Amino acid sequence: MTQMSVPWKPGEPVEYRGVKALIVGLSKVVYAIGRPILSRLAFPIFVCSVFGIALLVFATTLLFGFVDDRLIETATNGPELGLAGGELTVAEIAAGLEAAGVWWTGLLKYLFWPVQYAIVRDIIISLGIFCFALVTPAFAIWWERKSAGRIQSRPGPMRVGNWHGWAQPPADGIKLLQKEDLVPADADGPLFRIAPYLVYIPVMAAFATLPFGSYWVFRNLDVGLLLILAMLGIEVIGVVVAGWASHSKWAIYGAMREACHMVSYEIPMGMALLIPVMCVGSLSLVDIGGAQDGGWHTWLVFRNPFTFGAALIYFIASLASCKRAPFDLPEGESELVAGFLTEYSGFRWALFFFAEYTAMFVVAGLMVVLFLGGWHSPLPASWGAQLGDGVIGRAIKGLIFSGPALFIIKGYLMIFVQIWIRWTLPRIRIDQVLYACVQVMLPVVMVLLLCNTVWELFFPPDSIVAIVFNVIMALIGAVVVVSFLVVMARGFINRRREVGYLAVDLMPGG
Amino acid sequence: MSDSFSTTRPIGSHRFAAVLMVVMFLANTARAWAGETGVPQAESGMLEAVFFYVFAAGALFSGLMICAGKNVIRMAVWLFFVLGSVAMLYFLLGANFLAVIQFIVYAGGILILLIFGVMLTNRSPWVRLDIKPREVAIAAAVGLVLMVTLVGMITVTDWPEEMAVADGLTVAEIGRGLLTTYLVPFEVVSVLLLVVMIGAAYLARQES
Repeated sequence: MTQMSVPWKPGEPVEYRGVKALIVGLSKVVYAIGRPILSRLAFPIFVCSVFGIALLVFATTLLFGFVDDRLIETATNGPELGLAGGELTVAEIAAGLEAAGVWWTGLLKYLFWPVQYAIVRDIIISLGIFCFALVTPAFAIWWERKSAGRIQSRPGPMRVGNWHGWAQPPADGIKLLQKEDLVPADADGPLFRIAPYLVYIPVMAAFATLPFGSYWVFRNLDVGLLLILAMLGIEVIGVVVAGWASHSKWAIYGAMREACHMVSYEIPMGMALLIPVMCVGSLSLVDIGGAQDGGWHTWLVFRNPFTFGAALIYFIASLASCKRAPFDLPEGESELVAGFLTEYSGFRWALFFFAEYTAMFVVAGLMVVLFLGGWHSPLPASWGAQLGDGVIGRAIKGLIFSGPALFIIKGYLMIFVQIWIRWTLPRIRIDQVLYACVQVMLPVVMVLLLCNTVWELFFPPDSIVAIVFNVIMALIGAVVVVSFLVVMARGFINRRREVGYLAVDLMPGG
Repeated sequence: MSDSFSTTRPIGSHRFAAVLMVVMFLANTARAWAGETGVPQAESGMLEAVFFYVFAAGALFSGLMICAGKNVIRMAVWLFFVLGSVAMLYFLLGANFLAVIQFIVYAGGILILLIFGVMLTNRSPWVRLDIKPREVAIAAAVGLVLMVTLVGMITVTDWPEEMAVADGLTVAEIGRGLLTTYLVPFEVVSVLLLVVMIGAAYLARQES
């Protein structure tokens, strides 16, 4: 039995014994070593990690450039496209690496020998997707808090991690993991416990067919779009079960609202998604993304006025589908305590939030693939073809013309728009939510669908009218984006005069 | 869960549907075991076989739990697992479209409506099913007859040696089929749905 005072819990020394004493002692050592390093070097660590991620992107661009080549060859052999395609041999890996301009294949081909088995690649890719789906919510939560702070003229989290509170999400995660796993006495225990997984697993499953690049997709299903739609749809079951099993008025009301608005918003969402499907003629997300590789004017959002409307409707419905404001009625803190989350705490509560933020990326990614050019940059991909297949050429192609990095950047931009809307618009009432869906969005999207059908029938993409409209839409889009950037730049240059020194100095990168 | 919440509202059709479903799964499994077909063999992938048994067992177990349950929402969640497992089996057979439609229509639509209906129409949150012996007898008799029929049919049928696996690119063929060969049935079904929608709108209309 030892008496110890721990630095992170000031006050009386606490008695620890046995294994606990060992754990506390070790934690004290780690804390003593780690704290000064972390607090002094947080910013260098942050910068290094940013550069590390950039290098990682470079390396993966290189590596998967070679996988691309392999898969283009195997793609014709069967329906199982994607990174997890057919079996490879060590010689093929070596040949692929050589084709990619890597000269030290002697060692590398043996380093990559497990990759020849499809199941090993499956496991690696699943782990990669899982890691991405863990990092995204952590980053998005920090970003959301900082953005909320900026919008409300306050700095947001500033303390944890010493650099603009960058360690706040991990700290929250550790806190939530330590909390007691509370199940109310009157709740339906098994259902209460299982509900967070019913929400989280479908969202993760949606990543199975979400393409990050033309071959950066776990499985290129011919029904990829429908699968993601289905996964977003069955997420509701988890929320409704959570609300019902909590055995609490607030939770039941929250669950009712969720079921109500999700079931109704699925209809305009599905119909809006039909419009890009109609334009491209495929339900496969890889095909739809690949059809937009000719520069920003070929992005489907600029194709004709109706696809633009569809993009707008889809975006609104996607806000509703991941319970973001102004559609966050299932939580509705001001009237329902916390809605379906009222009785949840600790890890299960955290799972709901992981699911919400991961779903934000899924719907943002779907928007990007369907309307905003997917993994292509605004420059035509054909320009990149002249760069050759060397290491440098591949890297430039992957980072500037078309690659997963661009997809992730666009997805995060869409997440930022969701955050921005959440902290700008007030929550609307449930009857207004349903009115907006059934009496406004549904007729509008029906008209859009009909008009787009007629448009595609009478003005195919290579007809004069279609080209004129496409060019006009694309120019309007470019003008809007550029003027937005100009306004942003003006605000950034004059930031000290506009918001004052204190606020500027508390801003990351200010 | 206290007894004061329990209501006595027998819903015989649910129980009957559950029995029917379990019988169908039993029959499917029996077919798989007896006919040595329908089960992915080792040459088509060890992993597929493992997944087949996992999901088949999951569907069967969840079906049995529907039968054994008395709590409607729990039964709905078990039904969700049944539907999900069957969708996974469709995926294993390469019928992607069918699997996804299973998720969208049954899991995402009908199941939600079922839970929603139960939550809206019952005064007490803990809806329980209390089954009368007479209903058990009827359900057992019907289930037995169905099982005998199915098992008989399965043993009589001459099953193909090769397992039929779709090529995973089914959606284009299904679409083409629906709009060419099967256009009339497709339109008839859509008219039926229209009639149902008009009926629902008529029922939900405000009396004024």
